Amino acid sequence: MLSFALQFFNGLQITVVLALVSGALGSLLGLFVAMAKLSKRDVVALLGRAYTTIVRGLPELLIILVVYFGGTAAITALTGRYVEINAFAAGIAALMIVFGAYCAEIFRGAIMSVPQGQAEAARSLGLKPWQIWLFVILPQMMRVALPAYGNLWASLVKDTSLVSVIGLTDIMRVAFIGAGSMRAPLTFYLVASALYLSLTSMSLASFRALERRIEIPGH
Amino acid sequence: MDINLIVDSISVLAHGVFLTLSVTLLSLVVSFILSVPLSLLRASPNRALSRSVLAYTYVFRGTPLLVQLFLVYYGLSQLTVVRQSIFWPLLREPFWCALAAFSLNSTAYTTEVFRAGILAVPRGITEAAQALGLSRLMQIRLIIFPLAFRMVLPSYANEVIGMVKASSLASTVTLLEITGLARRMVSETFAPYEVFLAAGLLYLLLNFIVSAFFRTLEMHLAHSPTSNSRNIKAGPKSSKLWPLRQAIDKRAHTKPDDQPSIRSL
Repeated sequence: MLSFALQFFNGLQITVVLALVSGALGSLLGLFVAMAKLSKRDVVALLGRAYTTIVRGLPELLIILVVYFGGTAAITALTGRYVEINAFAAGIAALMIVFGAYCAEIFRGAIMSVPQGQAEAARSLGLKPWQIWLFVILPQMMRVALPAYGNLWASLVKDTSLVSVIGLTDIMRVAFIGAGSMRAPLTFYLVASALYLSLTSMSLASFRALERRIEIPGH
Repeated sequence: MDINLIVDSISVLAHGVFLTLSVTLLSLVVSFILSVPLSLLRASPNRALSRSVLAYTYVFRGTPLLVQLFLVYYGLSQLTVVRQSIFWPLLREPFWCALAAFSLNSTAYTTEVFRAGILAVPRGITEAAQALGLSRLMQIRLIIFPLAFRMVLPSYANEVIGMVKASSLASTVTLLEITGLARRMVSETFAPYEVFLAAGLLYLLLNFIVSAFFRTLEMHLAHSPTSNSRNIKAGPKSSKLWPLRQAIDKRAHTKPDDQPSIRSL
């Protein structure tokens, strides 16, 4: 049992790294897609809409399987011999795609909540487009997006459990192996639940704290 | 990319649609039935009641559905009590385990969704209902719940779509619904693009139907006489008290043991 404590610790690390990396990359992706959806060019806006609509309509598990098996097939076709792609990379890519789609929706709404005059005023002051985004729009939209964005992180933590299906040894996979070898499924899955529950609680609590920190008094 | 293979896959995977739909719909029915009373408890001013429901929803919303499914499917068999109970023939089957896990999970989300709606019902409306002498049950049935349900319809639609997607996890406990069949086909043919594309198309179609259904329902409710929508032009029906007036009218015109029904729900 003690040896499994160490394995659970390793699994916890994998889960946390997976969530942090795919969440960070997914947020960037989501931001760009949100900008694309608000773009004046119809083609770009349409592409952004198609991406979010399709990804949000598909099961997360299916996306993970597509990236993993599809990626393996692609590399096998390219190199001419059977190459199995790294499950960690596939997991990060798949979770990033999912997170990015939901993020884009949240960010789009938040960007629209920033008054147009803000960007216009910034432009009249001679700020470049990237400066307008970074210094004017982003800080203001984050305040609006934060509650929904925090919930999204909690669901990302939960979605990471799906990568155990493609063989990554995260918390869920450790519990699965332990449950099989120790013949105590209830114990192992309860431990896994407790670990996930503390991760999602920590995520929610830190976002709540952040929300309070950047809150404007009286709003 | 082989078009013929995509068409073939769709016809094979279509056999899984029935299982996907039955798991989804049954768990939605169970969760709806359970979450109506639970959301009322959750929204009640009684702290102990509200907190105990919160404990349930917090745990089930804070842990992955996959863990919950494995707990039910693999975990429960560890308990002798469960193995000797009358439920064991059911809990041995992956279908009923998936149904139990999905229902419990969906109940937690739906309870919180409904709670938000119940708390959003204006206080004056419930006070007016009280003043008119409607019993607590009548208030809930005629006034609070219809209004609350309408307000949370978009969130509930999201929960239904989430359930369609979550049903794909049933493939991890050997059920051959759309994703399960797709995984088996991929391992047989090693043509992941075509097979998963076909599966994706089926899921998109299902979710498109779900969202179209809820959009229609939303529109229908917005134009129904009991609507509290502000978009309707002024008139007696635009008043927030309209559902109450209608309920009272109905009550006045029916015999005491003849319960009025909610038409549009």
